[in-house]
Amino acid sequence: MEVKTMAQLAAEGKSPEILFWVGCAGSFDARAIKVTKAFVKILNTAKIDFAILGNEERCTGDPARRAGNEFLFQMSAMMNIETLKNYTFKRIVTTCPHCFNTFKNEYPALGGEFKIMHHSQYLEELIKTGKIRITPDGTIKGKKITYHDSCYIGRGNDIYEAPRSVLLELNTDIIEMKRCKSDGLCCGAGGAQMFKEDEPGDKRINTERAEEALATKADIVAANCPFCITMIEDGIKEKNAQDKVTVLDLAELIAAGLD
Amino acid sequence: MLPQIIFALVTFVAFWYAYKQYNRIWKNIHLGKEIKVTGDKSQRWKNVVLIALGQKKMFKKWIPGLFHFFIYSAFIITQIELVEIFVDGFLGTHRPFAAIFGGLYTFAISLIEVLSLLAFVATLIFLSRRNLLKIPRFHKPEMKGWPKLDGNIILYLELALVIGIFMMNGADTVLQSRGVEHYTQTGSFAVTSWLGPALFGGLSDGALMFVERTGWWMHFLVVLGFLNYLPISKHLHVFLAFPNVFYGRLTPKGEIDNMDEVTTEVKIMLGLEEPDPNADMSDLPEFGAKDIFDLTELNLLNAYTCTECGRCTEACPANITGKKLSPRKIMMDVRDRMELVGKNITDNKTDCIAAAKKTDGVVLSKENYDDGKSLFDSITKEELFACTTCNACVEACPVSISPLDIIVQLRRYDLLTNSAGPSDWMPMFNAIENAGAVWQLSTDRDAWTKD
Ligand code: SF4
Ligand code: SF4
Repeated sequence: MEVKTMAQLAAEGKSPEILFWVGCAGSFDARAIKVTKAFVKILNTAKIDFAILGNEERCTGDPARRAGNEFLFQMSAMMNIETLKNYTFKRIVTTCPHCFNTFKNEYPALGGEFKIMHHSQYLEELIKTGKIRITPDGTIKGKKITYHDSCYIGRGNDIYEAPRSVLLELNTDIIEMKRCKSDGLCCGAGGAQMFKEDEPGDKRINTERAEEALATKADIVAANCPFCITMIEDGIKEKNAQDKVTVLDLAELIAAGLD
Repeated sequence: MLPQIIFALVTFVAFWYAYKQYNRIWKNIHLGKEIKVTGDKSQRWKNVVLIALGQKKMFKKWIPGLFHFFIYSAFIITQIELVEIFVDGFLGTHRPFAAIFGGLYTFAISLIEVLSLLAFVATLIFLSRRNLLKIPRFHKPEMKGWPKLDGNIILYLELALVIGIFMMNGADTVLQSRGVEHYTQTGSFAVTSWLGPALFGGLSDGALMFVERTGWWMHFLVVLGFLNYLPISKHLHVFLAFPNVFYGRLTPKGEIDNMDEVTTEVKIMLGLEEPDPNADMSDLPEFGAKDIFDLTELNLLNAYTCTECGRCTEACPANITGKKLSPRKIMMDVRDRMELVGKNITDNKTDCIAAAKKTDGVVLSKENYDDGKSLFDSITKEELFACTTCNACVEACPVSISPLDIIVQLRRYDLLTNSAGPSDWMPMFNAIENAGAVWQLSTDRDAWTKD
């Protein structure tokens, strides 16, 4: 799939409207790459003028900061900010809540002021402005969906309604889990937990969350974060329920229903 | 004259002792780093009205929220009657406000009585909930011993307070109805107009006077007891919830504060800034928080405000899945440490002065304090590194406390000053540093576009 980089566009003397910030998971993790591609498909359908940074993109530094490694965070953050200063674009859109949160809330203190949107907000905008139209296809139609609030879109930035309004476009019911919205349970990946073994305990956090998702009897668990997807999928596999329940990103659900 | 003298003496001693205690708390909070209060003042006041006064977060669990509200409003409204107790106590009068305010007085006291009755029922429910029902958040390891007793003591005091009110008003009502001299007509109160005759109707005038005085003194002494008990109890939140909510952060919960002290250094490392040739490099700086002195005043105010309710721990994903981390325990550990350090400084325990700063006549202060201990003696790394930074604790807290803010600062100390932290993280750190991604891979970042 052809995607232009900012450097290519700049060489042609052009600057796009949207910079799609792909993130580490979206670039390298096989499961998250599917989300990335689904989102690109949506952007193309909506005829959005966009580009990526490609090899110039670096980790935003989120796990380093949350682990406590502030030096590494600021280093990575400043390198990104310097790179971005070389280019012009209107807004950044990302499919990762962690990248979104660092850009929105933490880069300004280091001199990086950018307009940033998470793709759940951007998808809502594309639907509202009529840039994309959805007719739910066979894979989604009539299926029951439950929605998992990621910590950094939910509590971290108080975005609860945008993703839900996107899901409602799919003409299905959302069955909420016992803990949802501001009370939503973490998938277990945040705070750099993704990159280490758990401390001793009774069970893994993702198992607990997968159990809650399964308790809703939904067919699809909708998520908005590559790390949540990995975690909940693992939990569901552990419960041997992967044939009955699929975990999908909002972008995948919308891409599947595009007109 | 004698009752007035005793009253004045008791009041003086209680207030003097209370002053000393609250002063101790004020000083201990100032052991932390000063905070700059920024952001929208009107938003801060709004938070005080909604969260502290209106107890918005308490109503997330509406049944205990409602009962708590009864106790809380009874506690506040009762203070009207307390004003009169002071007037009577000092001047030897009896209910002078009744004559001055007339019907309004009857209404105010009736309101107090109705709320007190509700509070009485709520207190009984809370006592049985705490001791009979097996609600997990009240029975975590950190709640053993004093914290458990503390939770019960305050409820018993609350019962005593309400009983005092009903004794004094109830006996008074009967005395008034008998037209006994000195007992001013007050109009009939909502509860004691029937409860008084029912309980005390058969007593002699002398016995009634005794009951009335006992209730009056009991009410007064329990209030003074409260005043002096709060500073050693989790119930300090009665007062501190207000400043705590006012000073609480207004930024989105997802935001972790920037460490400005490393920014210059990082800029120099990246060649974005020239190093200052006059910079003093002799003292190796310490980063993050090791002890209460490194935390902010807000963190310490948070610790004193914590009600030990455990709503944070109950929502914490790490704790739910059986890990040792309990955000409530973090707050309790900070408070305990602060109390200990504060006491050592007040007592001028010179063996706590850092060896390098020990000279003749030096007194112990926050600048030279070193007792060889730190927060890491009570908070283990196992707890710290189990946190997912999910903010569930911050969201759950009814009084706007952030245990997460403290956890992050302690992690920073371990990572940056101790160069420790979980070894699992090393590959991720190396990858970010060398490859610009959380995994060290040989593929290009845009390889996904090529297939
Ligand atoms: S932020 Fe950390 S301490 Fe607070 S609830 Fe989440 S995991 Fe627990
Ligand atoms: S930090 Fe807040 S939620 Fe947790 S125990 Fe203290 S008061 Fe309760």
